Amino acid sequence: MALSRKKFLDILIGLGGFGSLAAFTYPIFSYLRPLPSTEAKVNTVKAGTASGFPPNSSQIIKFGRKPVILIKSESGEFSALEATCTHLDCIVQYKKDTKQILCACHNGIYDISGQNLSGPPPKPLQAYSVKVIDDEIVITTIVT
Amino acid sequence: MKNSLQSKIENWLDERYDLSPIRKLITHKKVPLHKHSVWYYMGGAALFLFIIQVITGTMLLLYYKPGEESAYESVRFIITKVKFGWLIRNVHSWSANLMVFFVFLHMFSVFFMKAYKKPRELTWVTGFLLLGIAMGFGFSGYLLPWNELAFFATKVGTDIVGVIPIVGEEIKLMLRGGEDVTGATLSRFFGIHVAVMPAIFMMILGLHLFFVQKQGMHEPEGFSKLPDEKKKYIPFFPNFMLKDATLWLVIFALLSFLALYFPWELGPKADPFLPAPEGIKPEWYFLFTFQTLKYLPSHVLFMDGELFGILFFNVAGLIWMLIPFLAIKDRPGWKIQPMTVIGILVLIFMIAMTVLGFIT
Repeated sequence: MALSRKKFLDILIGLGGFGSLAAFTYPIFSYLRPLPSTEAKVNTVKAGTASGFPPNSSQIIKFGRKPVILIKSESGEFSALEATCTHLDCIVQYKKDTKQILCACHNGIYDISGQNLSGPPPKPLQAYSVKVIDDEIVITTIVT
Repeated sequence: MKNSLQSKIENWLDERYDLSPIRKLITHKKVPLHKHSVWYYMGGAALFLFIIQVITGTMLLLYYKPGEESAYESVRFIITKVKFGWLIRNVHSWSANLMVFFVFLHMFSVFFMKAYKKPRELTWVTGFLLLGIAMGFGFSGYLLPWNELAFFATKVGTDIVGVIPIVGEEIKLMLRGGEDVTGATLSRFFGIHVAVMPAIFMMILGLHLFFVQKQGMHEPEGFSKLPDEKKKYIPFFPNFMLKDATLWLVIFALLSFLALYFPWELGPKADPFLPAPEGIKPEWYFLFTFQTLKYLPSHVLFMDGELFGILFFNVAGLIWMLIPFLAIKDRPGWKIQPMTVIGILVLIFMIAMTVLGFIT
């Protein structure tokens, strides 16, 4: 089937149009895409003294740019968990009365080990390793 | 004297640009008078509040400084130091909320009067888009004071976008300007709120108003079936416009009352390392989606509960926008038509979830 002159020109101009569109949009999208973070990845953080940390309490620690919740149970054991709720990204809190972790945004409940118990959170909170060295609390990423 | 000057200017313009099409567009429209005529005023009320938004928003721009270290401080400066800064901010916040309220009222009144039907399909679609952008205005503007509530609302709102399969993560990254909600997010939201959205909004609003003006007011079924001698109308210009203006004055009085007696709190500054406060809630117009997400379990069918909820609201929104093109025909024998039933159910669901969101 012979290609008419008009059809040929239509295709040619159409291809040129698409090419131009791609040439416009690619730089725009690249510009809008944020640069990857250049901050060094943090693997260990010191979080104060164990003796100064009251039992049945919690504190949010800066783990690089990430918030980590450090909890001391009533029996004096430490646990550290990523403080960002697995549901929709809010920062969780430790409830002294129920001894559970609550995300106030949508009422998500986790236990002290980070296991999601009720509400919308689909996954447990990621755990960190906590060691007490010479009374100093050291939180470390768990390498899986 | 004034009239002759006005007519001189008009003649001068007419001679050069032929104003008759504009004159015709303004004067040809007439407004039907019936027991539901009050609903014709809702769109105008929303338009008036949008004008207030533009004026007060531009005024706030003169002092507001986007940035993690300056946004909160500049808003505090506006409300504590700038003369009448508190008033301008309160009016901006309250008129934003009232605007969304009137847009909802306008939309549901159009729905129940079946004014979306042929030939007004595109008026409905553009109206729905305007509601979407108005809510986007609310969402993006909410972050600008960089306070605690705004920070978490933005975290949740942008994370919701990330749930969308395939493109979600990429859009979330672009909206946030990085992995987390930071000063980069604030800059982007500021740009979206004061430049991108107003430009798109104005274009769609222009189209919407043009459609309304061109096609004239919709006549509900009961009215259009009346014999001609029983149909009563008033001219849109100037009669209806003057009535519109009266309502605008009433709304302005209400707005002043709210702005004076119910100041918009600034709250504490956002801190990415503090937990979300208990009882945190979004703006009332997002409350029904928020409450629904709260009730969803972590998994629904084969997907995460949040993904299910977000897909549900998006599909429902799309269907709502395309309602004029959906062929659910009226049933002559039915007392309440199927579309009315759907509308009532949607309204009950939204109101019930909003009320639950408030009281729980």
